Order: sequence, then structure tokens, then C-alpha cells
Amino acid sequence: MKNIGIGVPRGDGVAKVTGKAIYVDDLHPDGCWHGATVRASCAHARIVKIERDPAFDWTDVVIVTARDIPGENVIALITDDQPCLADGVVRHVEEAVALVAAPERERALDAARHVRITYEPLPVLIDPEQSIGSPIRIYGENNVFKQITIRRGDPPTVGRVVRGVYHVGHQEQLYLEPQGMIASARTDAGLTLIGSLQCPYYVLKALKRLLGHDRVNVVQATTGGGFGGKEDYPSMIAAHAALLCLKAGRPVKMIYRRDEDIRATTKRHPARVSIESLVAPDGRLLSWKADILMDGGAYNTLSPVVISRGLLHATGPYACPHVELSGAVVATHSPPNGAFRGFGAPQTLFAAERHMDRIARELGRSPLEIRRLNLYRDGDVTVTGQTLYDVGGAAVLEEALAAAEAPLPAVAAQPGEGGASWRSGRGLALAFHGCGFTGNGEAWLKGKAALELRDSKLHILTGATEIGQGAETIFTQIVAEELGISLDRVEVARHDTAEVPDSGPTVASRTTMVVGAVVQETARRMRAALQAETGSTSRDFDTLLAARTVDSPLRTDHTYEPDPNLVWDEHRYSGDAYPTFGWSCGIVDLDVDEDTGVVRYRRFVSATDVGRAINPVLAIGQLEGGALQALGWATLEEVVRDDVGRVRSDRVTTYIIPTSVDSPQMVTRLVEIPYAGGPFGAKGIGEIPMDGPAAAVAAAIEEALGVVLDRLPMTPERVVAEMNVALSERSF
Amino acid sequence: MHIEFSVNGERREVDLPPMTRLLDALREHLDLTGAKEGCGEGECGACSVILDGEVVCSCLVPVVQVAGASVRTVEGLARAGELDSIQASFLKHGAAQCGICTPGFLVAARDLLDRNPHPTPDQARDALAGNLCRCTGYQAIVDAVVHAEAVRE
Repeated sequence: MKNIGIGVPRGDGVAKVTGKAIYVDDLHPDGCWHGATVRASCAHARIVKIERDPAFDWTDVVIVTARDIPGENVIALITDDQPCLADGVVRHVEEAVALVAAPERERALDAARHVRITYEPLPVLIDPEQSIGSPIRIYGENNVFKQITIRRGDPPTVGRVVRGVYHVGHQEQLYLEPQGMIASARTDAGLTLIGSLQCPYYVLKALKRLLGHDRVNVVQATTGGGFGGKEDYPSMIAAHAALLCLKAGRPVKMIYRRDEDIRATTKRHPARVSIESLVAPDGRLLSWKADILMDGGAYNTLSPVVISRGLLHATGPYACPHVELSGAVVATHSPPNGAFRGFGAPQTLFAAERHMDRIARELGRSPLEIRRLNLYRDGDVTVTGQTLYDVGGAAVLEEALAAAEAPLPAVAAQPGEGGASWRSGRGLALAFHGCGFTGNGEAWLKGKAALELRDSKLHILTGATEIGQGAETIFTQIVAEELGISLDRVEVARHDTAEVPDSGPTVASRTTMVVGAVVQETARRMRAALQAETGSTSRDFDTLLAARTVDSPLRTDHTYEPDPNLVWDEHRYSGDAYPTFGWSCGIVDLDVDEDTGVVRYRRFVSATDVGRAINPVLAIGQLEGGALQALGWATLEEVVRDDVGRVRSDRVTTYIIPTSVDSPQMVTRLVEIPYAGGPFGAKGIGEIPMDGPAAAVAAAIEEALGVVLDRLPMTPERVVAEMNVALSERSF
Repeated sequence: MHIEFSVNGERREVDLPPMTRLLDALREHLDLTGAKEGCGEGECGACSVILDGEVVCSCLVPVVQVAGASVRTVEGLARAGELDSIQASFLKHGAAQCGICTPGFLVAARDLLDRNPHPTPDQARDALAGNLCRCTGYQAIVDAVVHAEAVRE
């Protein structure tokens, strides 16, 4: 193959390395004003009045409140519970109450500080453990956004009981480009939104409801990272920019400052996972019961889907004859949590992998041996009754172990490192990750794409966005390969909802595998259309082009067709949860200072089953970038909040992500066990690198210091605290 | 205040309040939007430029401070339409993903390579420690910097 399995440079690469790529904040429409948001200062309160500070000069400033909304005051997503602007009551400290716009950004921010809101406080509920059944009602009858229970098999009567409780914290996506959006008027009295976003059609859906009409289109600017954080939140900032644009009668740009972005936008759901398992004397799993609680925050957003995916991964990649899983995501008066790479699975997989280590510890066996014994294999059946095929678990394990045989790199010690108090450890973790939407999701979504032949070039029309992962390059490779032409003859059209079909959201490790398959089919149809038009039976694209007698554009469309053999019962949570799974194994080597608890990563080796690497350079980029986000979550990244749920670590100086010197050498191996439903065998890989590394870090620290850490993040303070606990227990 | 300085070898002038951030002067008044704002407080390095041979965060530099100075931005790396070796190396090694941090990394890497054309991986990591990337995991960036001269040769 000429275009598949080759690390061709990314199509947007030259624009990005020359500084010419245009992000939303690089646009300056004529007459554009700047918007700012007035946010609540209480976690739960009745709004008594909203006033302008009479001492402030309000010339050239517009203010928007809920009363200015022409359509419905809702950010439409799964449910309609979240308003665009608080009306009468606020339910978290960062809820938007009013908006202002002014000719300059500083003036808009200044004006926002002079909007006075009077509140009557209401009781506040922040602790998710207190949410279910609380007299303080936030959502529905019992504050539960979604509860799911799945059972399979009969409980065994014998076996050794192993119990553990595992906690993970929030995580901030920290895309380096803050959220941003520009709204401007169209000639037909409609609006165009252009911004940094993953899912243009989500924004479109939300804006139609807000505006009460459909004269609106959404355009993606070059987007500086998303990782889930720009899945649903852009609908909010787009709605705000749209309202300000209508009121001001001119284009309005909203760019969040970093502190506002960290405080107000969605985070990874924190979770508590309790696991009780029964194991045979040889370490084989007999029963696995997990109970999961996630904090959804004040509004539903994507929480039901997050708990679902979390639950479906809560056994880890291990076979077990009896499984009972129950999970709930509950409401609190906290800023809503939402999508972040992995989408619930990193939380439960951290717990599952730590639990496998616990089983090994309690049985006096090696963690590796316990994993080898229980790892899923072809033909095994999951908790939902899905029979697994294309299983790469054992292959990635052995591949990673082989790669980790290489001698460790000598890493230059930073000041204060490498003394007598430093200990070394190695940890391993496995992960599996369902590719694409859960269950009937893809059938329901009906992801579409089109291919247009114009001026001898092929234009791919898709709503699946490029957010750094390389989607556009992958799509051009797929079309070029399918038609046997060079890459420079294929382009991806601008992601404007007025021009491209809805391919479904750019989430869920689905873009290459699912949308890529749709794009591949549009190319096949293009050849067939050319053959039909010309009467030629040639398969050669240029021969077919030469045979054309007309020069008119030709377009082929396709809608995703799920494998008809996949069956899913949404109500019973049974059947084929995912078309296929990706598999990954990570091995981390680290040093940790037993005096300070500081962890220094030396090397991270991973092997991942990607089905087929369309572009190995891009695939490795996804895997390494995702792994580092997990390593950051493991030891550095802590969302510190006060007692009303306001994020205090709201700066890059206080929410710490890894730098180049905090990061290990990465050794990344690709394993290819093809999935027949993906283009050229490709599986989804966007999320799986996030799933395993944190547990591997915990295992490595355990090996180094003999201390058991079951809570993320494992900051130096927490490592030292756990060592002190272990010491005091030992002294009794 | 009237301020003159050199940007990418060209003499430029602006009339701005002296405490205007160099970043804003470049982005909003000189139409050079390559440098990006990621944090606004000198932590992320997305706004890095080379000021008289030193990498600085342009969000922390008041424009008055660059009067008479020489500034190099990402737009000044490619010469006569030909990519600089570090730009070509970034493409080859997949060191740019979302691209928002890339301009800052490129000028920081160019500054390192001007002083040390063959850095070790550790030297590259040290030199780039002031720039944050959330996409790549840094290995591709380190590879791109270490092998930049090989791309040229």
C-alpha cells in the first residue's frame, strides 16, 4: 500500500509550523466587540436582583441576561436541564448569570465586575457521597443523573474475598488554547459561529434551540487541543457569544482567560470505585463486584454516558464468570463535569488495575502472573454477554514486556534528585477500551460523510474535526489509498455545518475507525459513480477521469452502516457494547524520593493494539500524548477546590501539567490485530493511552517504597502521608 | 508612545501605551499572530519569541522594553519560503499536533540549536522546559530537536 501504514507529514503541518494556522483568537472581524461573563458567587442561591453599578460608566457596553434569550434558555445536549444563563436560581459557583460586551476586552472584563447581583443563599450540597436521597434536591427525585446495574453469571459459593476502595480526582483537560468563539451576523438575519471546538453539530443543535430558528451555521477554527473539553462546553460559549452579538448588533468575540477556563469548564468526573472480588487459590477470578459513584456536578451534561462507559470497563480486561456492576452519577452544586479522554474508563480501569495488584499482594503472587491468568482472550465473554474477537491483550502484554527489556536510559538528574533517599520502581498496567459509541450509539448517530470531485481534486466533506489528532491527514490517506492516487489530490473541506454533513461528534475513539470507514466508502462510491458515468470498467482513477465527457462536480455520500451482527439491548445493558476493543499495556520505570514523595519518571514503555496504523507517526503521537496526560494525572495534576466547589488551582502555576523534564522517555510499540469493520483494519486509539498508566505508576511507587496508593493524584504530599500511615501501622 | 524595533529583520513601529504587552503589539498591531496566548502569565511558553538572542515570554514583556531591540518570531524562521531545519524536523517527527504550542517551541528550539546544533535529549528537554505541550508527550518534540541538523543534512 502506498498511503497506508506510512507516517506522511500531517496536512496542516506547514501552516502550524510557520505560524499561519488561524485559531479563533487570530481572527479580528471588523467592528468586533469582546464579551465577558458574569458568574455566580454562590454555589446555590436565589437571584434577587441584577443591577448595574451606578458609579460605572456604561457607555458602549451591552448587558445580556436570561430575559434576552429569543428562544429557549437551555444548552441542549442529552437533557435540557442546563440553562444558558441562570434565571432565578444559581446551582454552582461558576454559573453564568449575565454577559457583557464592550469594544475592548479589558473594558468588558471591567464592566463584568460592575454587574451587581444580590442573592438569597440556599442550602449547598457538594459531597457526592451525600447526594443520593439528600433533602437538598438538585436533579429529579433523588439527585441521580443515571444509575446502571449489570449482572452476569451466578455468584460462586467459595473463593477468597478481596476488597478494595479506590478514588480518583478531577482532571482538567488543559488544552493549551483556551475556549473561544466569535459570533457574527449573517445577511439573512441569522448567525455564524466560528470557534475552537470538537463537535460543530452539537453547537448547531444548541444554538437552534436558543435562537428559536435555524438560520445559524457553525465553523470550526483551527483548534488548539480538546481532549473532550471542547466536546460540549463550546455550545455554552457559543450561546453566550450569540446573545451578545444580537444585543450589540456587531460581531462579538469571547476568549476565556486561563483562570476562567479552568474554573468554569468541565473536568473529568472524580470517582469512588469499590470492588469486592472472589478469587480461586491459583488467582483465577471467580467473582467481580464493583460499585461506582461519580460526581456529575450541577447539570447532567454528558454524565449518563460517562458512567455507562465507566461501568462497561470496570472489570478491567479480565474474564470473570460472575460479575455485578452498579454505578451512579449524582448531582452536586459543583461546576458540571464532562468529557475528558477516556470518558469514565480511566477512572474504573485505575480501580480495576489496582485491584488486580491487591489480589496479587493478598495471594502472595506476582501482579504479572495474576494478569496473565485472567486476561481476556478471543472467545471470552464480557459482562454484557459480548463475545470478544480481535483480542490483543496477551499480544500487547508480551510486546511491552519485551520492549521493557532494553536498558533504562540514563536520565540527567534534576537538582535535588538521585540522593540516598531515592528508590526505583517498575509498574505495569493493562487496559482495554471500547472503540466508537456504546451499543446502538453509532446506529442512532448515522454518521455521514461525502466526497466531492471538483477540478480533478477530491474534497472530503465531514463534520469530524481536526483537533490535533491528525484526523484530516488520516482521511486523505484513506481516500488516496482507496482510489490509488497521490495525497496531494485529496483535500478536506472546511468544517462548516452549512457545507459538511453531520459525521457525529469527534469523540469516543471513533473518528478514524467509524468516520474513516464512511469516508472509505464514499471513495469506493466515487469510483463506482465514475464507472457508471463513463461506462468504463477501469478501476484506475485517472483513466476514469480521462473518460469523463463532462466537467461538472460529482459527489458521493455515505452513512455509517453498523455491523448487522452486533446486537445491543439498551434496557438490559446486554449484547455487543462496542464494535471492537483496543488493547494496551504500559510499563513505567520511575524513581521516588522517600523523604519528599517526589516522583521522577524515567521511561514509559507501551504496546497498543491499534488494529492497523493508518499513519504510525500520528498513532504514536496519540499514544504518547495520552500516556503523558495519564502520568500527569497520576502524580501532578490536582484540582483543588474550596468548600463551595470553586476551583482554587485555576492557573498553570497551580494546576501542574508535566513539562519536558517531568516526562519520561517514551518507547511506543504498535501491535496490529485488525478489526474488519475499520478502514484497512484500524481500531480507535484516541482514548486508550489515558486508561492504564496511572495504575502502573501506583504499582511502581508500591514497588519502590512498599506503600499502597489507591487514590489519585499521588502528589508528593499524599505519598508522604501514606508512608507515614504505613509507618505508624507497622510500629503497632 | 512611539516605539521602533526590528521584527524578523524588518524595522517596525507602533504607537502604543508603554506597558502594552509585546504579545499584543505583535498579534494585534503588527499582524503577527504566530505567537499565542496560553496562560498570560509566563508559564506555558506559547507566546515565546527571541528578544535580542534570548527566549522570552512575550506576554511578560512591555513593548517599551523592546524599543531599539530585535525580535524574532515563528514567522521569521522560514527564509524565502524555505522551512527552517527545525520546522522541517517538527513535520517529520510529528512534533506538532494541535499546533497551538508549536510556535513557542520552535523559537525556543531554534535558540537552543543556534547555541548547540547537536543537543542530547536531556539538553533538549532542559531547553524546552519553559514550554508546555499537552498533545505530544514531548518525545516527538525532543526527537525533532535532537535530529534537526540531520534533517538539514
